[in-house]
Amino acid sequence: MVDSTSEGNEKEMQTANTSNLASVSAQRAEKMAQSKPGTQVMGVGLEARGVHAWFGEKHALADVSLDFWPGTVTALIGPSGCGKSTFLRTLNRMHEFIPGAAMAGEVLLNGEDIYAPGTDVTKIRLKVGMVFQKPNPFPSMTIEENVLAGLKLAQLKIENKDELLEECLTRAGLWNEVKDRLKAHGGALSGGQQQRLCIARSLAVRPQVLLMDEPCSALDPGSTLKIEETISHLSSSVTIVIVTHNMQQAARVSDNTAFFLSDGGPGQMIETGPTNEIFSRPKDQRTENYVTGRFG
Amino acid sequence: MSTNVVENKVCDVKPQTPWAPSNKQRFTTFGLVVAAAVISFVLVGVTPMKGKLAYFAIFFAALLILDYTFSRMQFGKAAGVDSFFRTLFTIAITITVLPVVSILWNVWLRGHKGLHWSLFTTDMKQSDFTQPVGSGGLIHAIIGTLIIIAIAVIISVPIGILTAVYLTEIKGRFSRPIAFLVQAMSGVPSIVAGLFILAAIVYPLTKHFNGFEGSIALAILMIPTVARTSEEVLRLIPEDLREAGLALGGTQWRSVALIVLPAARSGLFTAIILGVARIIGETAPIVLLTGGANVININPFSGTMESLPLYIWSGLLSGTPEAFTRAWAGILILLALVIVLFAGARYLGSKKVGK
Amino acid sequence: MAQGLDWMARGCGLEAGVGFHFSFTWSSPIGFFVLLIGVNHCPVSSTVIQTPPVIPAKREITTKPRFSDKVFRGVVTGGGLSSLIILGLILIFLSYEGFDTLKAQGIHFFTGSKWQSVTAANGHVDFKASHFGIAAMLIGTLICAFIAILFGVPIAVMSAIFLTFYAPSAIKKLAVTVIDLMAAFPSILFGLWGYFVLDPIGVYWAKLIHKYFNWIPIFQMPSGPYFDRSPFIAGLILAVMIIPIVTSISREIFAQTPLDRVQAAYALGGTKWAMIKNVAFPYARSGVVGGTMLALGRAMGETVAVYTVLNIVYQINWHVLLGAGGNVASMILLQFGDASTEEVKALMAAGLVLFALTLVVNSIANLIVNRTVKGRA
Repeated sequence: MVDSTSEGNEKEMQTANTSNLASVSAQRAEKMAQSKPGTQVMGVGLEARGVHAWFGEKHALADVSLDFWPGTVTALIGPSGCGKSTFLRTLNRMHEFIPGAAMAGEVLLNGEDIYAPGTDVTKIRLKVGMVFQKPNPFPSMTIEENVLAGLKLAQLKIENKDELLEECLTRAGLWNEVKDRLKAHGGALSGGQQQRLCIARSLAVRPQVLLMDEPCSALDPGSTLKIEETISHLSSSVTIVIVTHNMQQAARVSDNTAFFLSDGGPGQMIETGPTNEIFSRPKDQRTENYVTGRFG
Repeated sequence: MSTNVVENKVCDVKPQTPWAPSNKQRFTTFGLVVAAAVISFVLVGVTPMKGKLAYFAIFFAALLILDYTFSRMQFGKAAGVDSFFRTLFTIAITITVLPVVSILWNVWLRGHKGLHWSLFTTDMKQSDFTQPVGSGGLIHAIIGTLIIIAIAVIISVPIGILTAVYLTEIKGRFSRPIAFLVQAMSGVPSIVAGLFILAAIVYPLTKHFNGFEGSIALAILMIPTVARTSEEVLRLIPEDLREAGLALGGTQWRSVALIVLPAARSGLFTAIILGVARIIGETAPIVLLTGGANVININPFSGTMESLPLYIWSGLLSGTPEAFTRAWAGILILLALVIVLFAGARYLGSKKVGK
Repeated sequence: MAQGLDWMARGCGLEAGVGFHFSFTWSSPIGFFVLLIGVNHCPVSSTVIQTPPVIPAKREITTKPRFSDKVFRGVVTGGGLSSLIILGLILIFLSYEGFDTLKAQGIHFFTGSKWQSVTAANGHVDFKASHFGIAAMLIGTLICAFIAILFGVPIAVMSAIFLTFYAPSAIKKLAVTVIDLMAAFPSILFGLWGYFVLDPIGVYWAKLIHKYFNWIPIFQMPSGPYFDRSPFIAGLILAVMIIPIVTSISREIFAQTPLDRVQAAYALGGTKWAMIKNVAFPYARSGVVGGTMLALGRAMGETVAVYTVLNIVYQINWHVLLGAGGNVASMILLQFGDASTEEVKALMAAGLVLFALTLVVNSIANLIVNRTVKGRA
């Protein structure tokens, strides 16, 4: 048992924390290596090249370049306000909805810049889906209608709606809980269930990449665990990018991690690499300070 | 594998908005509009469809079809439908704005012919509506309007502001019914207000028409506007101001009268101006209650009184072209007054609370 | 208490960050039991949390207001009640004056269309023998209002959508100013413009409609042809008058569409129209209905504008293109000129009906709008 009152033990505790994180992520890496053969490679993947973002005059994000390999889960970690969510939103062209927004750089999906003039932005968003921090099912629709909402919005025709419905709800880990009440209203579920419903909804349009902006921060631990399981199962068919404040979560679910930081100016990506490396042998001092809990 | 530490290039990059319409897109949109216009002209020339309606209807229809088809060919059905509705909504706003433009244009076109300096110096004692336009004036109508409005303001502003103060400061147990009733009162038709004063004051009491009775009816129509706008303005005053007044040991009424109301000064003036704009053109109660006259009458309690809406109304009913021109001139002056009031309200409304 | 247990858990060597969430209430015996056990088994120095002493009863706080404040409250309350008093007085006086007519005519007041007073031998109006019927005017009120809603509301709602979701901010400011200005125009202006400018255009359109659609009964022309000053044209001018109101209210409501649902729709790959159809409309629906009803109330009570563009005829007329009709308000105005003091009482009865009708419609409308537009009193 550790005596929590002495200063030195604090450092030990932090080291224990980090090594715990490292061991968790190492376990995951092993598990993934075992299950990896047979993973289908979908497209070339998503790449960000020198991405900057502005809100009016404020330079919020500077020069982020990151590759998201197919079939991987990438976690974006870092303290609040350093541009992780902003970066996420540049990946599916949701950043431009904010009045005064501007960006620079390129985001390549399957080798093509999604910001190229003449691109159909709605098609991009079909391929790069998003799950938000606060679950937002459509309250005027039933559970069934919610899952299939993406098809209705994008005017996609599908042969077998019921099959798709069951598939998406199963992949989201919600099928067993709602299969008897598909006609109930979307708002009648618990927070965790609503978030899984939103995940199922995003899956219905068959995205190549799924962006998740702190999907568990508004949920209880039980639901969080279920969603992390869902992420693990999904990662073989969908590339996932997840913004999280919870380092244990990053260690549990992700293959690669990128650490963001802002020194008062624009947010920058400090270090990136395989998750177990970031947590056990970070190269940059700032990364180490963050993952050992010295700040953040 | 080892991690990568990143060196970032922060400076020298300019913000861009790649999602904004490119020049090519703007040019395409403009081209489609021109194409639709051309189709419209061609079809009107070739087929028996005629008139402004034909031009506009065909133009809009062609624009809708072109936008839909073009977007659909480029990006598919969903984009086509999206483009269609975008054009439809743009057409809708154009149709909404069109009457205003037409009204302003017509008022000037038809009214300025009737403008002459003696409008503002003579009344209709020695003339009538059918006489050529240069004779007679409407000074009696302007004075009448000013007097009637002034009395209506004196009646309705205290009541309206007191109502607002009740709702925001006292918040007593009648608040919900009173708020509801104020809204209900704003829906009372103007002719009903006129009938009410007839029944309550003219027939039982005075037995003749005068300006004051018109004022009361107009006050009934003005109170809800003043009350609602004042209430919105008072709600914007931060709670700290009231608390500061009370914390200094002031009574509630001193706090309200000396601190809150002065802080809301410009907003309250806006409320009054909006109320005046609401009633300045009201005709029905005026027709019922004030009688109308050819000469100036500055006594609101005795004798009938002329006012701008009544003047315009009489011109309209007289039926001759000269009379119509007088009516248009009258509405031109009335509209000018409304626009000045409106601009004043806008200006005051844009000032910050507390100034 | 939850924090205390959490703190204890940390002290016992459990990892920081792996949170324990206790949600025991003060009255839970289990919580207390766990607390006791925890205290005994954990070798940490911690503060022992004790249940508080008996919670005292709440004190009643009163104040004796100063006299000037009493007066103040009285005056303000009186002013506030003025709207109640005024509405009540309107109801009372109109009922009082209109009573004779309603009693004498009975149901005939609402079913008959003739308006003719008969003077008895003693010089007074014989309310029994006279014919006072507002059926034609009531129907006319409804027809004109309906046409106004039919043309005005779709255009207004579409304009509101444009202003909320499509307009660049400079155009939006300009359009909003113009529309608010239009809402401030006096009705006599619409009357003049309607008679001189809109009527000729409306007649042209009516002729077109009649030419191509006269297989539909309401577009037929039983006599004449009289296209001038018809319910159709009155409906058009009313449509123009209600567009600013409905646009304003709809804009307020659409602007409050919850942003998270809007973003969800876009993130799923929806176009702007798809978002409007699936998110904005369902949200705004009831508020827009409320705004429409407010406009309906305005259209039903409009006097002067209808007077100029509608030829008043005391006969129910369903043929909207035919220049004959009327609404209650303009009929009152028309009859007032020639009416004797006693005949005006019959007009009072008509005014009472109009008052009741607009009051009901406006009240329902306000209820609906208040429920959906936050921030209104």
